[in-house]
Amino acid sequence: MSQVALTASSRRSGRKRASKSGATWGSPGTYLIATVLIAICIAPVLYIIIGGFRTNSQITVDPSGLPNPWVFKNYADVLASQLFWQQFTNSVISAVSTTIGTVALALMASFVIARYDFRGRNAMYSLFAAGLMFPLTVAITPLYLLLKNMNLANNLLGVILPQIAFALPMTVIILVPFLAAIPKELEEAAFIDGASRLGFFFRMVLPLSLPGVITTAILAFVGAWNSYMLPLFILNESKMYTLPLGVQAFSSEHSVDTAAVLAFTSLSMLPALFFFSIFERRIVGGLTGAVKG
Amino acid sequence: MILAGPAILMFLAFVILPVFMAAYYGFFKWKGFGVPTNFVGFQNYITIFTDQNFLDALTHNGMIVVMSLIMQGPAAIAFALLLNQNIKGRSLIRVLIFVPYVISEVIVGTGWSLMLQYQGALNDLLTNLGMGWATADWIANPNTAIWTLMVIISWKYLGFAVILMLAGMQGIPDELYEAAAIDGASYWRIQRWITLPLLGPTVRVWAFLSIIGSLQLFDLVYIIWGQYVSSTAGTSTMATYMVREGRLAGNYGYGNAVAVAIFVISLVIALTYQRFVLRRDTEGALTDGPERKAR
Repeated sequence: MSQVALTASSRRSGRKRASKSGATWGSPGTYLIATVLIAICIAPVLYIIIGGFRTNSQITVDPSGLPNPWVFKNYADVLASQLFWQQFTNSVISAVSTTIGTVALALMASFVIARYDFRGRNAMYSLFAAGLMFPLTVAITPLYLLLKNMNLANNLLGVILPQIAFALPMTVIILVPFLAAIPKELEEAAFIDGASRLGFFFRMVLPLSLPGVITTAILAFVGAWNSYMLPLFILNESKMYTLPLGVQAFSSEHSVDTAAVLAFTSLSMLPALFFFSIFERRIVGGLTGAVKG
Repeated sequence: MILAGPAILMFLAFVILPVFMAAYYGFFKWKGFGVPTNFVGFQNYITIFTDQNFLDALTHNGMIVVMSLIMQGPAAIAFALLLNQNIKGRSLIRVLIFVPYVISEVIVGTGWSLMLQYQGALNDLLTNLGMGWATADWIANPNTAIWTLMVIISWKYLGFAVILMLAGMQGIPDELYEAAAIDGASYWRIQRWITLPLLGPTVRVWAFLSIIGSLQLFDLVYIIWGQYVSSTAGTSTMATYMVREGRLAGNYGYGNAVAVAIFVISLVIALTYQRFVLRRDTEGALTDGPERKAR
């Protein structure tokens, strides 16, 4: 059985356990510790978000205080800034293209690895598995030179292509078990009914592997959205920056304008938080499946 | 077979090829313009291990590996045990502790460095609480810096560890707990003799990820301690040292040699770990063919 499927089933049994005995109120100590843990996790994030509602003089006079009064100018300025939206758009383009590219290429490769017997199949799988051990850190300088020679320096495509390549190993490894789990009989039945290979792929394989596809898509999206080192090397103009670079550039340019930096930072964090809150269950499930595999 | 072509091509071009190029460039004393000239053989690779700045960075990485394991592991298990009970609001708690893991390192770095400035929120808060003696120059003081970094790393990655441990605990069969409960075992005895031993595989996989992550650490240090993180900052890592030499100082040949050294050090540690620790429970991704995993 695949590790991903195992994770899915263990989550099912977890839910079963919860429904069997029902949630109980536990001891107050439990809640106290949980509250402290949550406070520690959330406080710095709240500091960033709330800090954006203060003025610089408020921050200087009382660094740990609450806004008094609440000021909306910092957020309004960022939202009115063309550069922010430009960088936001760049991030969206980079993350969406990386996600689509990764999933499409990985699905094709995983389909072949999972469902066909041919020489070199094991080698192909091992190649991707070994890819997990190749960190971006090692490849970054030659990658930069390579992309510069391909005229892809300071180009979003120069960020997207390597991002896809580096996301492939994890994606292939998660997807292969999903595709392998589709029964052979289903394939035969589809062919008897006159489905073409491509028709089978789109009408049977894709729907049946959807849970795996969604998990890997989310991982690729979050990875690309937060990616820092690669854009740092490839992009060198602020209007080409993705949001992580934008945040860093903004905070070093406006180092005295702390309130503005906090506003810029929290606005660039919100899309990821929003995305995460929608797909929380999938991300958590996908991570546990991925690392066990 | 043709379907796999694009993926393999991309992978070879942007992952495998650059790593080999790095190994090749490492043999040259080269500034990154034109074709590599001035072949120096293994000189760069030898220089690395006599370079005090690299050795400092390596020491920092080693400290980060050890301290991450010590600081996050027990805490993650404790919190997972806590959250593995059927308490109200458990799923909300799970979401909230995962937030630091999801936001980018740039945001983490920017936010924390603003809070931890000498005139920043933390010192102010400590003073207001009458703990003025506890204030410190958290980032700029090289003796404090590595601990500051450790706290930030633990903050960012603790949620991930807790979620992993929780997933591991959910995978333990209910029957074991039921049997133990029938035998009248206390909560703590059940955790000690059922949960902890059966959590072993999860802990070992988490430790593996943590070690590899610690060895590759770059973003956070580079963002908080600036472009020219030097060994005197007290937090330089092998990766920031590589970027500093290879890109900012323009010693491409040497920078690539450092990159290869990082790779080899990580690989040796990873393979040793897989061979001696992981082999006991799971099949490692590196050593396994598709059949056993897929079928």
